[in-house]
Amino acid sequence: MINALGEPQSLLLLGGTSDIALAIARRYARPGLRVALAARPSERRSAAATELVDLGCEVTEVDFEARDHASHATTVEQAFAGGDIDIAVIAFGLLGDPEQAWHDPDLALELAEVNYTAPVHLGVLLGQRMLAQAHGWIVALSSVAGERVRRSNFVYGSTKAGLDGFFLGLGEALREYGARVLVVRPGFVKSKMTSGLEEVPLAVTPDEVAEAVIDGIKGKRELVWVPGPLRVVMSGLRHVPRPLFRKLPI
Amino acid sequence: MSDEAVPAIKPSLPEEQPMIPQPLVELHGWGRAAGTMSHLAQIDSVADAVSALRKSDSRGVVPRGLGRSYGDAAQNAGGTALDLTKMNRILSLDASGDPATVTVQAGVSLDSLMRALLPFGLWVPVLPGTRQVTVGGAIAADVHGKNHHTQGSFGNHVRSLDLLMADGEMRTVTPDRDTRTLFWATVGGMGLTGAILRATVALQPTETAYFTVDTHRAANIDDLMQQMSQGDENYTYSVAWFDAVTRGRHMGRGVLTRGNKAQLAALPTKLRRHPLKFVAPSLGTLPEIFPNRMINKATAKAFSTAWYLKAPKNRTGELQNITQFFHPLDMVAEWNRVYGPNGFLQYQFVVPFEAAEVFRRCLEMIVSSGHLSCLNVLKRFGPGNPSPLSFPMPGWTLTVDLPIEHGLDRLCDALDNEVVGAGGRVYLAKDSRLSAAMFRRMYPRLDEFLEVRREVDPAGIFNSDLARRLELSKPTTGGRT
Repeated sequence: MINALGEPQSLLLLGGTSDIALAIARRYARPGLRVALAARPSERRSAAATELVDLGCEVTEVDFEARDHASHATTVEQAFAGGDIDIAVIAFGLLGDPEQAWHDPDLALELAEVNYTAPVHLGVLLGQRMLAQAHGWIVALSSVAGERVRRSNFVYGSTKAGLDGFFLGLGEALREYGARVLVVRPGFVKSKMTSGLEEVPLAVTPDEVAEAVIDGIKGKRELVWVPGPLRVVMSGLRHVPRPLFRKLPI
Repeated sequence: MSDEAVPAIKPSLPEEQPMIPQPLVELHGWGRAAGTMSHLAQIDSVADAVSALRKSDSRGVVPRGLGRSYGDAAQNAGGTALDLTKMNRILSLDASGDPATVTVQAGVSLDSLMRALLPFGLWVPVLPGTRQVTVGGAIAADVHGKNHHTQGSFGNHVRSLDLLMADGEMRTVTPDRDTRTLFWATVGGMGLTGAILRATVALQPTETAYFTVDTHRAANIDDLMQQMSQGDENYTYSVAWFDAVTRGRHMGRGVLTRGNKAQLAALPTKLRRHPLKFVAPSLGTLPEIFPNRMINKATAKAFSTAWYLKAPKNRTGELQNITQFFHPLDMVAEWNRVYGPNGFLQYQFVVPFEAAEVFRRCLEMIVSSGHLSCLNVLKRFGPGNPSPLSFPMPGWTLTVDLPIEHGLDRLCDALDNEVVGAGGRVYLAKDSRLSAAMFRRMYPRLDEFLEVRREVDPAGIFNSDLARRLELSKPTTGGRT
């Protein structure tokens, strides 16, 4: 149960080795916090588990493969074996090379599956669990790239646009059953996913995204932007006429 | 009379009827934080309760009374809460017994019980800070009042209770012999051993409904604790309010109020005509218009100073009525709305008398934290009772009401550490935030309680948000720790 001060008792991190997921776990960590780390078996996952155990958490490592849809139900079942999940974070995603992605059908499909199909499938599975327990949060990591899809990364952007819409809708559907969904739209996040890419203005760290997630849950929000001012920037960009938008260096 | 004429007392089982899904409603405690959605089942009879129990799924059921526990004790996300407030009949009174006893359905409020008993010259032995609690809730939380140091907590006065158990059977349990363990696990058991549907409570005789009260102001916390340590045994009731805002040499200044039930001879002639009159004026209901941060530096400071200065420096023998002495807050219905939509939490802890220094340090931490509390209570507890989860133990108890604001988690965690280090604990009826790990350290007799629970409710049908939060019904996990 999330207590009166917004502190959860259990987390499920899907994409449990992502920088943002771990930043969230670190912020919530306190003795006895149950964390299900769902990711591919790897050294990185073991290291993350060890780190969280050192912070007093009770960690369960759960195998998770985003593109293997048939395995999702088992992953979710294992994660809930220890009791209710207060906060489930959908933190996995794939950026891909934006130019290659619209030339290479396999890569395009992979992006669509990892960033959209798998989250939708898991969203339904988690939604059923949350509906039954009548409390808890699903946090979906969207992106500003989905707010207005741009030429520069439209395959990735379109998958995030789909994810964004699905989870906002799921949130509305779950509301009357006591469960909530938080959609997070970060801008450029300095993480392992974007390593090697050129930084842009308003770039944020995984820790800042984690802080926004925690505040969003405390404030019972449906949608947060990280950093906050991106909301204003993007709502402006959203209405820029296409001929002009095309010429913008974004 | 033929056998046929006497219908067997057997709950009806409407299992063949299609189950009408109860809508989910948001339930929260008096602190109005951490609300969740439960199915609220209106219970009008024992049969209703049995039927709700049988229909419950893996989310289980929890009994609920008037919702005065501050946290998540009487809510059950995704499961069922049994609304027992309509089971509110007073069944029988044995006024000639020694002591006199009353048998009631569990949903009777202490308010209506007092109103019914006073004309007989009988008094409910333990009254918490509000009369708007049910007898069932008073037992499940093992509530205490200003007379704990002389009379113990509510459970000490319960002679017998009828418990609807997880297997659907009713069982009468008493503090004697073979039901002793179950009885004491139910006292303070937060509704997790079964649903208390009926109870027999011992009463005390009283000549009047008035109190003779002595009031003393104390200049700081040391003065207050010192004054309180002397002569408490001469008063049935003793409590202090203190200022939790002012820092420096007046830190913890307060007003000590102690009293005894007034004898008939002590009443002025005018009151002597109706010595048992129940005086409970109502000032109305607080509307839901208050924003967050109503309690801010300015209002908290003004209130605390005014409250301190309005009290007489020393006054003895003042006659007060029930509302003045016991329940000033009951004059205003829904007073918790003053804290705004974010709600508040009440932090109440006890530490043994030997740990007075820890107690003082906790007060300092609260006062210097920047978190503001106006309704602060200080009291000395007497001996505890045999219940494994009952809160009171001999020592100092302190209560503060804190609006939920950023950083409150850190203050509460720091207080937990001090309290547990001194062998103390926090009160579950007030709690909405304690972690399971800390709870285990504060209640070393938890295993005794869990053993009873495993025996009487192995499937964990009685369940609540509090039970999940504190892992009182924990499924086995395979986690690394």
